[in-house]
Amino acid sequence: MLELRDVHSYYGHIHALKGISLSVEKGEIVTLIGANGAGKTTTLRTISGLLHPRHGSIWLDGERLDGLPPDIIVRKGVGQSPEGRQIFPRLTVMENLEMGAYTRNDKEGIRRDLEHVFGLFPRLAERRNQPGGTLSGGEQQMLAIGRALMCRPRVLLLDEPSMGLAPLLVETIFNIIRELNREGTTILLVEQNAAKALAVAHRGYVIETGHIVLSDNAANLRQNDLVRKAYLGET
Amino acid sequence: MVATRTKRVIRLEPTDVFIYIIGALIVFVVVVGSIATLSQGKYSINAWVDLFVFGVTLGSIYSLIALGYTMVYGILRMINFAHSEVFMSGPFTAYFLAEAFSRSGFLNQSPVIALILIFALSMGTSVLVAVLIERIAYRPLRNAPRLVPLITAIGASFFVQYMFRGLYGTNIKVYPEIEALKGQITLGAFRVSYIQILVIVAAAAMMLGLHLFVQKTRTGKAMRAVAEDRSTAALMGINVDNIIVTTFILGGALAGAAGVLYALVFTQVHFFMGFIPGIKAFTAAVLGGIGNIPGAMLGGLFLGVIESLGPMLFLDGLGITAPYQLKDAIAFSLLVLVLIFRPTGILGERIREKKA
Repeated sequence: MLELRDVHSYYGHIHALKGISLSVEKGEIVTLIGANGAGKTTTLRTISGLLHPRHGSIWLDGERLDGLPPDIIVRKGVGQSPEGRQIFPRLTVMENLEMGAYTRNDKEGIRRDLEHVFGLFPRLAERRNQPGGTLSGGEQQMLAIGRALMCRPRVLLLDEPSMGLAPLLVETIFNIIRELNREGTTILLVEQNAAKALAVAHRGYVIETGHIVLSDNAANLRQNDLVRKAYLGET
Repeated sequence: MVATRTKRVIRLEPTDVFIYIIGALIVFVVVVGSIATLSQGKYSINAWVDLFVFGVTLGSIYSLIALGYTMVYGILRMINFAHSEVFMSGPFTAYFLAEAFSRSGFLNQSPVIALILIFALSMGTSVLVAVLIERIAYRPLRNAPRLVPLITAIGASFFVQYMFRGLYGTNIKVYPEIEALKGQITLGAFRVSYIQILVIVAAAAMMLGLHLFVQKTRTGKAMRAVAEDRSTAALMGINVDNIIVTTFILGGALAGAAGVLYALVFTQVHFFMGFIPGIKAFTAAVLGGIGNIPGAMLGGLFLGVIESLGPMLFLDGLGITAPYQLKDAIAFSLLVLVLIFRPTGILGERIREKKA
């Protein structure tokens, strides 16, 4: 469904992605794990068009995405909850969610999706008129995911949804990810918390300094020596 | 070690001390001057009310222009110094329509329709100039270091100014007066001319309209989203370029309307007319807290009133002759005061620096 073929991206002169190829099939959760600075966020920024790849191509259901501006890519069906959540601090929770639905015009559908998001995250419903900046870290993460869902994405990109959250909240967030997938959402999940990510994902890729070094189904990756040593903290 | 460290904390920079002395001096002059003027009782209450109403009139115009500065700053984090020329281009162009209407007698036969057309032409011209400046001068530099668009803005300002000088000439043109606007209303101590009522009502209506637009509409919310975080806004599917153009359109329309109001009050236009009101409106935007929409409205009114009342109130009692000529000095002293004691402006909050 979503496919990257030999994608190279640069920050100025820095060669950040050195030929990334990966694919996400419909209905899957695929995780991209790796250390800080390995290129996980860069991969997502490249998919969503904030960064344009210098070589390679990106495809969504047979349509080419690379080179398109970010707002068009959202319209094609790629929703993203960015790294560090990046909610709009001075917009209310409600307005943040409305911005998520910016590309849509079907009032009835938006209202239904809003109820769906409030069903997933009842805390957001309680705080709907509060500025986003006044929410706690966990609530902001919920808002960021909810906001990404509001564009009714065909593929949902989640960038480090567990970052900086208390263990209990991490659990909640991963349950929600599982729940979303059961409802049929295709998810590309970028995580540093490899144990959690591999527990929910069907397949995974390991990225190191801009290269994909491993790809397999989640169960096999959990057993892999390199993954166990470097990312699961086992000896 | 410990002792020196404590010392360093207490020590004030000499420049800070100097600045605070200046601030205290200005406050001192204001207080002493006001007491002296009021105790002499030279001016009647009517005179003060007149000055106040004039201040609100002028302030409304400053507010309208200031909104253009503050909205562009909010979204692009740059000072659009060419905004004073956006303000000038509208009424200067509409002058020729007004003059034609005046000669044909249409202006006084149906002043409402004539005024609507004059406003429409002025606002349209200002919008066109604002959008062209954005497209040609600013957009190619969107990712350049911040100083670059700033210098470009100054260049664009001169370019537009002298382009209009070339188009329409260097003469001061006298805006035709409208008979229907010549009267005034007297309400006890209040004496308000029709023109002042028009200015205040029109400005208030436009500011209310802008407020509703920014708070309630989809595009308005997208404007606020882009102002807070441009790349996340793009991830929402917002076309950032379109929102930036919308911002310039709104600012241009308000400036064009403000220009006609200014021309009606001062009855003249020329190619250099944007400079002083532009700088005053910029001051007003900083006073209110740049980037903050209600701040620009408040800052404009505040500046207009201080500029109008200030010379008489603060300086007359000190025996300074012809204090009204010092109104600009008072306006900018006020800016200095605000920047000393509240650097973020009246309603301003520290604006998050843009991330890469």
